[in-house]
Amino acid sequence: MPTSPPAPALPPVLDIQLHLQAHAPGRHFSLGVAFSSPSLRTALLGPSGVGKSMTLQAVAGLIEAPGHVHVQGQVLQDSQRGLRLSARERGVGYVFQDYALFPHMTVRQNVAFGVRRPGQPRSPQAEDRVNEMLARFQLEELAQAWPRHLSGGQRQRVALARALAAQPRLLLLDEPLSALDTELRLRLRDELQSLLEQIRIPVLLVTHDPQDVAQLAQTVIRLRPGEAARPEHVAERPAAARLA
Amino acid sequence: MPESTLIPLWLTLKVACLATLASGVLGVGLAWWMARRRFVGHALLDALLMLPMVLPPTVLGYYLIVLVGRNGLLGRYLDQWLGINLMFTWQGAVLAAAVVSLPLIYKGARAAFEETDPRLAQAARTLGAGELEVFWRISLPMALRGITAGLMLTFARAMGEFGATLMIAGNLPGKTQTLSIAVYDAVQAGNDAQALWLTGVISAVCVLVLVGSGRLLQTRH
Repeated sequence: MPTSPPAPALPPVLDIQLHLQAHAPGRHFSLGVAFSSPSLRTALLGPSGVGKSMTLQAVAGLIEAPGHVHVQGQVLQDSQRGLRLSARERGVGYVFQDYALFPHMTVRQNVAFGVRRPGQPRSPQAEDRVNEMLARFQLEELAQAWPRHLSGGQRQRVALARALAAQPRLLLLDEPLSALDTELRLRLRDELQSLLEQIRIPVLLVTHDPQDVAQLAQTVIRLRPGEAARPEHVAERPAAARLA
Repeated sequence: MPESTLIPLWLTLKVACLATLASGVLGVGLAWWMARRRFVGHALLDALLMLPMVLPPTVLGYYLIVLVGRNGLLGRYLDQWLGINLMFTWQGAVLAAAVVSLPLIYKGARAAFEETDPRLAQAARTLGAGELEVFWRISLPMALRGITAGLMLTFARAMGEFGATLMIAGNLPGKTQTLSIAVYDAVQAGNDAQALWLTGVISAVCVLVLVGSGRLLQTRH
């Protein structure tokens, strides 16, 4: 499945430039991240500690970082223009590394969380949406189960269903496979690959595993320690060159 | 149970319940705020909120008199504008018990909020939840066990409150005389049997409360 680059007139799928800063006692962390990607599926690759997860948090609006975040031409943040949507306004789905499922809610309640706000009347569309996501991720039989009783693979499906049920304009995946053991990782990587190829929204994933990149992403951004303050280059990697 | 026990017992339960309600709402709200924000004076405010736990109750009572006494900083306006006088009333006893027990619920709730995985709140925000919804649907349910245990301690402390209550509300049998003050009264009057009986009642209630809160904390997972 060869990837065709978008027509030049179209804005890039992702256009991100952020200045990340963190203060900890005795440590100051400052890092510029800048990249744009023409593809729907982009991976940030690099060893731990180079600010991959922080980049995701800043893109989601969970931490403050000056810069801009454009997704398919839509402005989520542009510090120069004084624009900054809050995390709740961004419509960015976030799948956390350990999934961060709400432990006091059932699978169904987790998936429904982003679909209907409290105070809004119950709508058949919202119910349909939740049912559709439960079916799509084969979670119907687990709908009333509690997250603590689920396996790692099931948790990941719930986290994906919860994020996608809210109909985000961008999906962020933080080390989506690192919480799993090796055998499961291989299988779930295949599942994730077919899912990501189905959904028609941009995906930005963070990983330290080149195998994830080869199978899940079309474009890779390499973050390296030391040269982090400079804009990062984008290496196009056609799907045909996947490592088998 | 004789009326000389029932009346102070009823008054004590009423005062402790209302004081727990007041310090519960205030303490949980402050705990949530203090757990999430860092600002100049954060440590000082934290210390001030814990102060009632370490100050001698008489000193605390004196502060309250300065504040809400008939000619106090707030009290004079309460009296002039609203016709409210807290001195030597059971409402004054509620105030004293609430202030004295506030640190317990504040500390307990803050620890419970800070123990909660911050990513749960973050996940809720990315799913479109506002801060109030995060509080009601994520933070509060996650911290509920710790908050409930804190409330039980608060209640026990409010029930046993003596010093500040005596200074604000006095010792008026049937009006402001709570169980702990009735014990003091009985001992002063040489009524040992009454003192022993009252002591037994208040001890039993406190043990029940502590066993309950201990059980709640133990089953935390």
